[in-house]
Amino acid sequence: MKKSVLDPQGAAVEKALAALGYGNVGRVRVGKYMELLLEKASEEEASAQVEEMCRRLLTNPVIEEYTYRIYRADDGVDK
Amino acid sequence: MKFGVLVFPGSNCDLDAYHLVRDVLEKPVKYIWHGEKKLDGCDCIILPGGFTYGDYLRPGAIASFSPVMEPLKEFALRGGLVLGICNGFQVLVESGLLPGALYRNLHLQFRCSSTHIKVENAGLPFTNLMRPGQLLRMPVAHGDGNYYCDSDTLEELFRHNRVVFRYASPAGETDQPSNPNGSLANIAGICSEGGNVLGMMPHPERAAEALLGSEDGRLVFQSILAHWGEK
Repeated sequence: MKKSVLDPQGAAVEKALAALGYGNVGRVRVGKYMELLLEKASEEEASAQVEEMCRRLLTNPVIEEYTYRIYRADDGVDK
Repeated sequence: MKFGVLVFPGSNCDLDAYHLVRDVLEKPVKYIWHGEKKLDGCDCIILPGGFTYGDYLRPGAIASFSPVMEPLKEFALRGGLVLGICNGFQVLVESGLLPGALYRNLHLQFRCSSTHIKVENAGLPFTNLMRPGQLLRMPVAHGDGNYYCDSDTLEELFRHNRVVFRYASPAGETDQPSNPNGSLANIAGICSEGGNVLGMMPHPERAAEALLGSEDGRLVFQSILAHWGEK
């Protein structure tokens, strides 16, 4: 979630942490984590496609931000 | 005047909308499956409530890429009347036909209750039989109805009278306790620049018969008919 957008889930988690005694925790933000396997010739091409997919579907740029990391799959099996 | 009700996997207010047009308005209506590539000559398209694709990813996100959305966008750009209710509103913002986003209610609860909404713009095809400031009572039933947009968009919405409905108290105050989901400025419904696309979280189709506790929602549909020159 963008910093400018109130994150109700983050606020609820923060309260729960405080109730467990972790009162020193702040700025909790809850996001999403996705994994996917992509076949591309190069990391640059993969990166360009991930950018496009983030913009078009995977995130809503009105309320969300995204970061991603690209790893080489050793064997093509999801892991 | 012919109505079309879009049906996506997971729509569940499609029957309510269909019933309203066929049995209450007594007008022709047909279901349009999300895989269709044409709108079959309908004059007004309703995107119904529900949980398209189980709300996976974000409510409305996956449905906004359905094949039927292409002809719908063309229809809307040509000035065709499009009404998105609840999940239908979420599909409209995800598809870019309306600005902003609808996300998790601030209190995190699914809220199913009766609300009052105040008419802010009574000059639209959907509101022409209403009075500015008129209060309408209709239910909301959603977990992700929290309207958000950036400050420039919000200013633009107000400046061009595109905020159509705002949550209000029974006395007409657009105050915080009347806001069921945390929406910016108590926004319950907005329209497109041309005024021909309306998205709203409350359910007018569930408040269009005395038997259901309120008939206020019928005004939305009667306004559409009046705009079309029908009764």
